[in-house]
Amino acid sequence: MKIAVCIKQVPDTTEVKIDPETKTLVREGVESITNPFDEFAVEEGLLLKEKYDGEVHVLTMGPPQAKDVLKNAYAVGADNVYLVSDRAFAGADTWATAYALSGALKKLGDLDLIICGKQAIDGDTAQVGPGIATQLNIPQLTYVDKIVDVDLENKKIKVERLLEDGKEVVEADMPVLITVVKDINEPRLPSLFGIKKAAKLDIPTWTADDIPVDKDKLGLKGSPTEVVTIFSPEVRGGGEILEGDVPEVVSTLVEKLMDIKIIK
Amino acid sequence: MADIKVLTDECTGCGSCEETCPFGAITLENDVAVIGDKCTYCGACVEVCPVEAIVLTKDEKAVQADMADYKDVWVFIEHERGKIANVSFELLGVGRKLADDIGCKLCGMLMGSGVEDFAKDAIAYGAEKVYYIDDPILKNYRTEPYAKGAVNLIRKYKPEIVIYGATTQGRDFAGNVATTIYTGLTADCTGLDIDPETKFLRQTRPAFGGNIMATILCPRTRPQMSTVRPKVMPMPARDDSRTGEVIKETLGMSEEEVRTRFIDFIASDQKVNIVDADVIVSGGRGLGKPENFKVIRELADVLGAAVGASRATVDAGWIPYEHQVGQTGKTVRPVIYIACGISGAIQHLAGMKTSDVIVAINKDPDAPIFGVATYGIVGDLFQVVPALTEEFKKRLGK
Ligand SMILES: Cc1cc2nc3c(=O)[nH]c(=O)nc-3n(C[C@H](O)[C@H](O)[C@H](O)COP(=O)(O)OP(=O)(O)OC[C@H]3O[C@@H](n4cnc5c(N)ncnc54)[C@H](O)[C@@H]3O)c2cc1C
Ligand SMILES: Nc1ncnc2c1ncn2[C@@H]1O[C@H](COP(=O)(O)O)[C@@H](O)[C@H]1O
Repeated sequence: MKIAVCIKQVPDTTEVKIDPETKTLVREGVESITNPFDEFAVEEGLLLKEKYDGEVHVLTMGPPQAKDVLKNAYAVGADNVYLVSDRAFAGADTWATAYALSGALKKLGDLDLIICGKQAIDGDTAQVGPGIATQLNIPQLTYVDKIVDVDLENKKIKVERLLEDGKEVVEADMPVLITVVKDINEPRLPSLFGIKKAAKLDIPTWTADDIPVDKDKLGLKGSPTEVVTIFSPEVRGGGEILEGDVPEVVSTLVEKLMDIKIIK
Repeated sequence: MADIKVLTDECTGCGSCEETCPFGAITLENDVAVIGDKCTYCGACVEVCPVEAIVLTKDEKAVQADMADYKDVWVFIEHERGKIANVSFELLGVGRKLADDIGCKLCGMLMGSGVEDFAKDAIAYGAEKVYYIDDPILKNYRTEPYAKGAVNLIRKYKPEIVIYGATTQGRDFAGNVATTIYTGLTADCTGLDIDPETKFLRQTRPAFGGNIMATILCPRTRPQMSTVRPKVMPMPARDDSRTGEVIKETLGMSEEEVRTRFIDFIASDQKVNIVDADVIVSGGRGLGKPENFKVIRELADVLGAAVGASRATVDAGWIPYEHQVGQTGKTVRPVIYIACGISGAIQHLAGMKTSDVIVAINKDPDAPIFGVATYGIVGDLFQVVPALTEEFKKRLGK
């Protein structure tokens, strides 16, 4: 079973702020991490590899420093990792990101399964996974919280998807792209041996010339959307601390909440 | 100039292009596809041709010149298990405003099997037209047939704007549609308005866990598309005296072409799901142990509220993941959010800080949750929460 996992390096978003003067993002001193959902994607790839005998290829598109997340993936057991990196990819929105990644996935070739995280915590779009599936013309199963069964012989996969009001069991033909939620597994930690091995790894880098893509559709140029302004959200201040003993505060609070007229 | 041609040597006369063409521009003559004058160079045939016998060349400028042909605001009418999603009505509300600001019509896009009555609902909430595809294949939502239906409708009728709810369904399928059409899609918007000068759609959304807001345009391609977060836009009033037109189209896809199969749906045992809830009572590690979620549930039951949770409690296995609020859980926006024994870590706040009223109950006066709370109670949740439950019971006569 040949599996590819797409992972993204993201800033630890809790630290990202806007410089009130320059109105630009302050990323300084902000730590970069693997997108949390992508850790579940890597783990699921490894679990499937162990169960069905396969190989796990992990790729990321990003600047050279994005290699760090690939090293982590290698340290926990990915067979191969690739950095997809080129100035031409810069400024890509979800359309152009999915397009470039699908080029890299085509180059990997003969995949049975592609796994993405549900969404990246910087952009929170959840659009890249479906974008890749559409570019590659394969079915997609999003919000997967359990892989029920893989039938390699008949090329079918059965999963559970986590919806707002319950779970849906669906089956799809492979190759297929799935996006996974946090509930699907418990990511393993790298072994000391793994970390050492990863430190020595020479990571292959693919540029736009190495993958089958139309260069007009890459990066900023290929992106239909344009960010025109960024600004800080209205800050929500703390309100009122209710003072008094328990019966007092409880009765004040009930009074205030009943006034909203939503509780019946 | 755009150009389209059939490579007659390659064409096998299979007819899939003829079936797919939204404009009826293709006919088979002597087992070879012939493209007639009705062709708009949309490219639908190119994609379905199994032998790549149709070649389309399109230059950039042609796309730009086309923009004037796109008109009207469309709202995707989402439904699941026999019920229209509330967010679709909310979108008809904001869609009305967008259409008025542009000076165009508001339309619904509806797909399903035997759901024509939903067209009436869409009209009652303000749609002037509803484009509707009815097909047994569309009975349970699946990405491929829904995306195909939407792509065909969009190519044929050319809406200027299409908005979807940022639900699991809307997010699953809009990404697919935008990719095929090659247009922009802005995720999870919390604000939509029309630029008075350019008449472009200004799409505003939070990013980086809600720490920044961004306004995004889709200046060069049409339609402009967004998914919009549920419960952000006000619910418009229903008016059953409104009338509108229902335009039926066919899907043109067979079950064999769909590569996914619906098997089963297992309903959650939660009485109220947290995304739709008007009131949420959430518990954190301050509960101390899993059994203590009982005090949260009791209050929630009295209020008809949903039960939420911090990640710490989910990771500890006290409560299933579907209850998790926050950056790696769900984003919620109830009218009232009651946080009990939750410290208010920034990742938790990212999922609930746009709630209208936030109540925090925590014994630590310095807990960050008080920084966003409308009403704070510094105290032991095991005293405060049961007392609240009792007081509400009395007030509500339960
Ligand atoms: C990448 C990433 C993503 C994350 N995503 C999420 C997410 O989606 N959602 C989320 O919630 N967290 C998320 N977290 C975790 C987050 O940082 C916090 O660890 C978590 O929210 C803490 O949960 P808590 O408030 O229940 O527990 P704690 O921080 O331990 O807080 C417990 C609180 O209960 C109070 N307390 C204790 N006993 C009582 C009592 N008897 N009465 C009243 N108060 C009491 C304490 O004073 C304390 O403030 C994420 C973290 C990371 C790194
Ligand atoms: N630059 C990237 N490189 C690799 N994978 C990515 C990249 N961007 C997004 N992804 C994948 O797509 C998923 C959804 O991302 P997003 O649509 O940005 O929320 C992520 O969880 C990753 O699996």
